[in-house]
Amino acid sequence: MAWFRKERKPRQPRREKLEIPADAWEKCEACGHTDLREKFVRNLNVCPQCDYHRRIRAADYVNILIDENSWEELDVDLKSVDPLGFPEYPQRLKKAIANAGDGDAIMSVAGTLGGMPVSLGVMDFAFMGGSMGSVVGEKIARLGQRSLERKYPLVIVCASGGARMQEGVLSLMQMAKTSALLAQLAERRVPYVSILTNPTTGGVSASFAMLGDAILAEPGAVIGFAGPRVIKQTIGQDLPEGFQTAEFLLDRGMLDAVVHRRDLKSTVGQLLRHMSGQPAASGWTSP
Amino acid sequence: MASSTTMEFEKPIAELERQIDELKKTAGKRQLSVSDEIAPLERKLDALRAEVYKNLTPLQRVQVARNNKRPFTLDYIQLAFTDFIELHGDRLYAEDAAIVGGWARLDGETVMVIGHQRGRDTKENLKRNFGMPHPEGYRKALRLMKLAEKFHVPVLTFIDTPGAWAGLGAEERGQSEAIARNLFEMSRLEVPIIATVIGEGGSGGALALGVADRVLMLENAVYSVITVEGCAAILWKDGKSPEMKERAASALRITAQDLLELGVIDEIIPEPVGGAHSNREAAAQAVHEALVRTLDDLRRYKPDKLVRRRREKYLAMGQFAE
Repeated sequence: MAWFRKERKPRQPRREKLEIPADAWEKCEACGHTDLREKFVRNLNVCPQCDYHRRIRAADYVNILIDENSWEELDVDLKSVDPLGFPEYPQRLKKAIANAGDGDAIMSVAGTLGGMPVSLGVMDFAFMGGSMGSVVGEKIARLGQRSLERKYPLVIVCASGGARMQEGVLSLMQMAKTSALLAQLAERRVPYVSILTNPTTGGVSASFAMLGDAILAEPGAVIGFAGPRVIKQTIGQDLPEGFQTAEFLLDRGMLDAVVHRRDLKSTVGQLLRHMSGQPAASGWTSP
Repeated sequence: MASSTTMEFEKPIAELERQIDELKKTAGKRQLSVSDEIAPLERKLDALRAEVYKNLTPLQRVQVARNNKRPFTLDYIQLAFTDFIELHGDRLYAEDAAIVGGWARLDGETVMVIGHQRGRDTKENLKRNFGMPHPEGYRKALRLMKLAEKFHVPVLTFIDTPGAWAGLGAEERGQSEAIARNLFEMSRLEVPIIATVIGEGGSGGALALGVADRVLMLENAVYSVITVEGCAAILWKDGKSPEMKERAASALRITAQDLLELGVIDEIIPEPVGGAHSNREAAAQAVHEALVRTLDDLRRYKPDKLVRRRREKYLAMGQFAE
């Protein structure tokens, strides 16, 4: 039976073991799918498994929406102050700047989208929960003013927990300020598209977010006036499954469309061309 | 929320009022004249009221603003206006009794009055939802504003709400959109708008009736981006203790004086000694006087100039560095 006993040679690995550092992996917050960060990034931070749209930064949206090398950032020098002398606000601002950069909770951009010049504002949830204080209001007002003067469409990507408490009633007034600007834009027939991402609640949802000529939302985004926790507290019961998601709002007639991140640019482009009387983008032919 | 019990700091006032009442009762029974004894007590009562109300803390003002003995929108309509006829419904979904509105006359001239309406007792509060509107309330308000604009009639609003309602139906029917739409439309309404904060001005739910050419505010009213309880709960994980609420009330700068300094309101309407609830007629008289005077002033602007000035005012709001 000796022929049965084959000499066992230690198997050589066919290739060098791939050294993937532990921190190169990321896990989807929704379904637990684990993949290389690289893969998430290439997929615009949408989970390849379940399509969960992960939260991304303002600059990422600029890259997604705006033509390459066509843009410059505007109003970078606007800085929050502490108008009320609110406890710990200066420290919180310092921390937010260290963690999220010095653009406050919104990035203003001039650039082109599918060849069309636009004014783009992208809120950044990483900066104090995307809260709207005087700087956010002023940056939106200036973007709108730019759109008004040049007749360039305005696009705003919303991500916010609401008004910035630390600026008190002045932050509340930013709701009126941004809405007043949008009314001017509407009268001059300059198109405005609002894109709602996770989350869009409070003072932002109750002002410019809900005033778009077209209102789009990313799948699964939580959108509402009051946050889910507040509602739960008020009514003393659990919320129905899927309440306040983008799909729920679409169903209730509050949105025009729920749009996958990869289709955002083409959808916004198509809408803006319709609303500004421009021909269809190349690649669109009559049937 | 609204309280009917005597506010802690008003207890000495209530005690003195009780003494005077008792004295009057005994006097009535025995048919005695006690005016000599009562007169000094009443003088003392006035002095006490003045003293207490001179030194209110911001949190105490919140309590005064929320007190349900305070005059509400319908009280002012009854006391400061004539010929009121209420209009109902948003023509889209429902009638919301948390906001009332209709045609009325101020000094004989037709105006559109619209305001949050709270309830004095539980039954009325169920009907009025504690003055916390659903989207249909804001849409009714907007309908009435557009109606006023159609007939070139000024709009006078009264603000008195803890906030817009946060519930399932309100969210489903677009609370955010309803509020946003009002801000948008009020910024371009081609008739004079005067908003008066008479009690609690609670965040977006208040502002949805508050975009105006002039914003007036009663001396003890408050106006804030968040409730003091909510603010204290978020910042210090404690929305219940009086110390934390007092801290939040001071930090948020919510009193009429604060808002005047911040440039958010235009005028403070003085309240009678002891607050608007101690003399509703006098409070309504002061509101009437301020509204007539302010409206007279606004009538000199043509519609386009009015709108331009209103827009410029809101576009200039906020403080930042550059």
